[in-house]
Amino acid sequence: MGEVFVLVEHRQGKIRDITFEMLQAGGTLASQREASSTAVLLGHNVKNLAEELATRASKVLVVDDGQLKHFNSILYQKVLSSLIARHQPLLTLIGHTAFGMDLAPSLSVEIGFPLVTDCIDLSFEDGRLKATRSIYGGKVNVKVFLKESQGYAATIRPGIFSPKPPSGTIGGIIIEPSPLKGAVDLKKFIEYIEAPLTGEDITQAEIIVSVGQGIGGPEPIPMIEEVARSLGGVLACSRPVVDRNWLPKERQVGISGKTVKPKIYIAIGISGAFQHVTAMQGSETIIAINKDPRAPIFGVADYGIVDDFQNVIPILKERAKRMK
Amino acid sequence: MNIAVCVKRIPKTAEADIFIEKDGRDIKKDHLVFTLNDWDGYAVREAALLKEKYGGTVTVLTIGSEESKEVLTRCLAMGADRAVRIEEPPAQDSRLISKILAQALKAQPFDLILTGVQAEDDNCGQIGPSLAQMLGLPHAAIVNRVEISGNMARVKRELEGGIEEAVDLKLPAVLTIQTGINEPKYVSLAAILDAEDKETEEVPLEKTGVALDQPLDATIDQVFFPPAGKMAEILKGTPEEVVMQLTEIVRKKKG
Repeated sequence: MGEVFVLVEHRQGKIRDITFEMLQAGGTLASQREASSTAVLLGHNVKNLAEELATRASKVLVVDDGQLKHFNSILYQKVLSSLIARHQPLLTLIGHTAFGMDLAPSLSVEIGFPLVTDCIDLSFEDGRLKATRSIYGGKVNVKVFLKESQGYAATIRPGIFSPKPPSGTIGGIIIEPSPLKGAVDLKKFIEYIEAPLTGEDITQAEIIVSVGQGIGGPEPIPMIEEVARSLGGVLACSRPVVDRNWLPKERQVGISGKTVKPKIYIAIGISGAFQHVTAMQGSETIIAINKDPRAPIFGVADYGIVDDFQNVIPILKERAKRMK
Repeated sequence: MNIAVCVKRIPKTAEADIFIEKDGRDIKKDHLVFTLNDWDGYAVREAALLKEKYGGTVTVLTIGSEESKEVLTRCLAMGADRAVRIEEPPAQDSRLISKILAQALKAQPFDLILTGVQAEDDNCGQIGPSLAQMLGLPHAAIVNRVEISGNMARVKRELEGGIEEAVDLKLPAVLTIQTGINEPKYVSLAAILDAEDKETEEVPLEKTGVALDQPLDATIDQVFFPPAGKMAEILKGTPEEVVMQLTEIVRKKKG
């Protein structure tokens, strides 16, 4: 019977959510080809993770090696290509994450399989893999067909598929020997560096007023910060604002910044790119102000104002002061 | 240090109206403004900064049409010494682009090869690590800091949630560069005019030695607007009226 491999993503002893989302997607894809899905766990001293995975996968393949303790694309790739050569899975799923983006393209070139990345949907059609991706800043989707191949690789966008819940049964755990021999000195993991806890913790705020590159420059920020304070909230921003040094990194809401779930999130000049939306879509009420009526943010917001923020914010500033 | 940077010319779609071509295979681009991919801009600047620090040369490469020359000129104005334009294949996907670039890069030994993390148009993010594999070089993706020490690069990779990963790589290596790694420098008109005098090599497809008769790994079937889903309730009226409604919503939801 064919197999769909799902590469388990874990860091510092915890399995990351994308893994459970991929197990869900992998299960569906496997059944389309009368195959089964297998969680593939690479690491060191990961027995507890294997047991946790066994509640959500019918089979867990484990390679335990001291060299796999921390993610290293060269070592992970060596092990995975050996597993893939041996088991011939028809599809290998990897998260479209910092790990996955480092690993999947080079792995797929080594094993000679076509790769499609950042998938928001996947299916088999006439034996070929078909994927849906989001492109042009989220304004457009594309359906892509991969060529006929014995095997495929795909990276899955986090937060799209629902996570697979634990099932009643416990799957089998199979330990495979590690193919790794000597140490690799071309690429070495050194350490993880946590974000310093400085300044305001925006994750605790009930009201967030957030700015994006649509505000055009740092000049409007003091006025918008006043609005935030008058409303009883804090100022935050999207990534491009930090890239341009208009605000410090601790204000950033996004995949590579902070995830927030305030009562109210007001997004000013933010287009609504996935990397930002995924980190604030849990907000109770989202209000977007953007002059582009087709900005993807309006598909996520509860309320919208389609106008240049310069027409609206000065008035809001005065009104908000009177609300205090 | 001899550095190569692979760059892409892309259409700016952020605040533009998007229309889909009749055959449904792409968006209409005639009315769009084209520019250097944002990530690649940070990569070129990073190469220029590394050159300032360690000496050497910076070569930029692109696979593109004649119009790509304006993007190469910009890169030269940003500090690149040499530019190479490889003719664009009639049909392409990430794998083919990587193969062509790998062939072009094999010709000269580089200490460091940079690409942007991904392109703003297709967001695939495959080129850098694929290139590395094809060239037999180590790589690191999503790099937000580069330090060179002898024949090693100590880089920081950006992970999720503000965490970073420090990684050491033996040179030569391939890095994909994340936005915000450096501060873009204003490019003067004088620099652009000077750049137009710098050397650009044109490479026809036949010279790349890459077979073009193979089926692509990935073929576009259809481009379409995402399903509407639940759209925001748009507040209507004058700015004053709209602000009144907004503050009412805030007051109510604040509780």
